[in-house]
Amino acid sequence: MFSALFNSFESGMIYAIMALGVYLTFRILDFPDMTVEGSFVTGASVAAIMIVNGYSPIVATLCAMVAGFIAGTITGFLHTKGKINPLLAGILMMIALYSINLRIMGASNIPLLSQTTIITNIQDAWAGTGLDNLLNGLLSFVGLGDSLPKTWAILIVMLVVAVVIQAGMSAFLKTEIGLALRATGDNEAMVKSFSAHTGNMKILGLAIGNALVAFSGSLVAQYNGFSDIGMGIGIIVIGLASVIIGEALFGAKTIARATLAVIGGAIIYRIVVTLALRVEFLETGDVKLITALIVVGALVIPKISDKQKEKTRKKRRLKEIQMRHDGTLPKGREEYASVKSDL
Amino acid sequence: MLRLNQIYKVFNEGTPDEKLALGNLELQMTKGEFVTVIGSNGAGKSTLMNMISGKILPDAGEVIIDGENVSAIEEHARAKMIGRVFQDPMLGTAPHMTIEENMAIAYGRTNRRGLGFGVTKKRKELFKECLGTLHLGLENRMTAKVGLLSGGERQALSLLMATFTDPKILLLDEHTAALDPSRAELVTNLTKEIVEKNQLTTLMVTHNMQQAIDLGNSLIMMDKGQIIFEARGAAKQKLTVEKLLNEFQRIKGEKMINDRAVLI
Ligand SMILES: Nc1ncnc2c1ncn2[C@@H]1O[C@H](COP(=O)(O)OP(=O)(O)OP(=O)(O)O)[C@@H](O)[C@H]1O
Ligand SMILES: [Mg+2]
Repeated sequence: MFSALFNSFESGMIYAIMALGVYLTFRILDFPDMTVEGSFVTGASVAAIMIVNGYSPIVATLCAMVAGFIAGTITGFLHTKGKINPLLAGILMMIALYSINLRIMGASNIPLLSQTTIITNIQDAWAGTGLDNLLNGLLSFVGLGDSLPKTWAILIVMLVVAVVIQAGMSAFLKTEIGLALRATGDNEAMVKSFSAHTGNMKILGLAIGNALVAFSGSLVAQYNGFSDIGMGIGIIVIGLASVIIGEALFGAKTIARATLAVIGGAIIYRIVVTLALRVEFLETGDVKLITALIVVGALVIPKISDKQKEKTRKKRRLKEIQMRHDGTLPKGREEYASVKSDL
Repeated sequence: MLRLNQIYKVFNEGTPDEKLALGNLELQMTKGEFVTVIGSNGAGKSTLMNMISGKILPDAGEVIIDGENVSAIEEHARAKMIGRVFQDPMLGTAPHMTIEENMAIAYGRTNRRGLGFGVTKKRKELFKECLGTLHLGLENRMTAKVGLLSGGERQALSLLMATFTDPKILLLDEHTAALDPSRAELVTNLTKEIVEKNQLTTLMVTHNMQQAIDLGNSLIMMDKGQIIFEARGAAKQKLTVEKLLNEFQRIKGEKMINDRAVLI
């Protein structure tokens, strides 16, 4: 049980990088980008084929990111220059990438089990630090000593990577270009009237988003020990599930909070799936159905709770009006209210 | 400052819906001139604004801003010279971003955007000072999402955002039409104040004839894609609503039809 949860934390962190990419396109740009289904595999394929051909796994992973960046750029061009509807542009790119990914791999599956990958690199470097003993000691101390994880390396390093990307993204979204990018998704006419090239903003957002997705795909391939042509199926929904669960549980008030919430959402998603699969009658093949149900739940439940909140807000408002009527409203609020009613 | 030379624009050419939106339109504005535009529905007023901003390009003719022929320059590039406020308060601001972030986007209109932070300490001071001139208390709510503001507050903010970086041309397309009378008056007064203070070259569409007469130093009347009447300087000062209506009847041989005209 503990080790299953430990694994879902590990892979949750890796998938969180993909979810951050989906967050950028889907939430920030308001662009339902299906490209990710293909670019995830592209990342995995590029990394896998380069690793089996003897390239350093770091170079391979970087190349995977570049490949994703290019895929996103092309989708961006299809949409902005070709004037193809966002959904269709992504679907076209996804289909095209299917063939391209097969060409890259030269087969529908590349095993990486005996290869040196980023994951083994991290584990080797980590082994020298002796931190495992310390952390495992801690675990035994709190009474979880019977199923100690083999290594903490992946969990910790991937957590750091995800948080660094999250911090970088939220800083970027506060720069001048980042603000224009966000406004492009929020109100295109407005940001155009303030002289931003919204087409380029969309291309940039799609490129960065897909670079992150491909990066995540390359890490998943190295973590699982294989790259497979089918590994991208349903990735968009997993990304959305993470984004939506994160928003529902942790909020999205500021960009920093929203992006952290995405990481949290990705981990929780993994945990929910892991737990669900422990239920007797559910099979591995049911994962996609569970995912769909999670997304539906995460979409519908907040709406219901919003309605509830609105009801309480209305009640409070009525009370406030009553209080003002009675002249018992505190002074500070009165001032603010009168400014507002001027307008 | 602004010159339109023989502008033609036809929509849906070659279809039964073909519509001459602007026909042989000529307009000249000097620096600092404040022109109000009136005309019945479908006269081409918004098309004229879109023509200047570059949202639509002319079929024939030239748009010249500050001596530069911008006829072929795209909207976003032309926006470096132009400040706009739309009729719909929702259109002028990004609702899910904060007041200061919206201001930062507006601030970026004149420069090239880079990887520096949009809202810096120094800029915050500037934004605060500018927001203070609106007297709406927005300077104390700089981190509030703009979507939380009322229509009037949003429109006042849009106006500030369009003007505080000194555009060469300010375009206002019925920017008070969606507001209730008291809020509309507030935004109108702000418009007057801001345009006077910054000496902005302004083109303002309004469906309120009295407002068109009271504001600015020139007035043009449009009909069927053309300017059918102009009053500048002293002639403009002497205009009344009645005179305008008579003028329209004399030119067109028919009564002015404008379902939104407010004739007070
Ligand atoms: N994008 C477009 N495609 C087709 N026809 C258009 C388009 N934009 C405007 N028109 C037509 O051009 C004519 C002029 O429209 P415009 O919006 O400029 O009128 P207006 O003077 O602003 O009217 P209103 O007072 O109603 O705002 C109208 O007949 C309109 O239907
Ligand atoms: Mg109009």
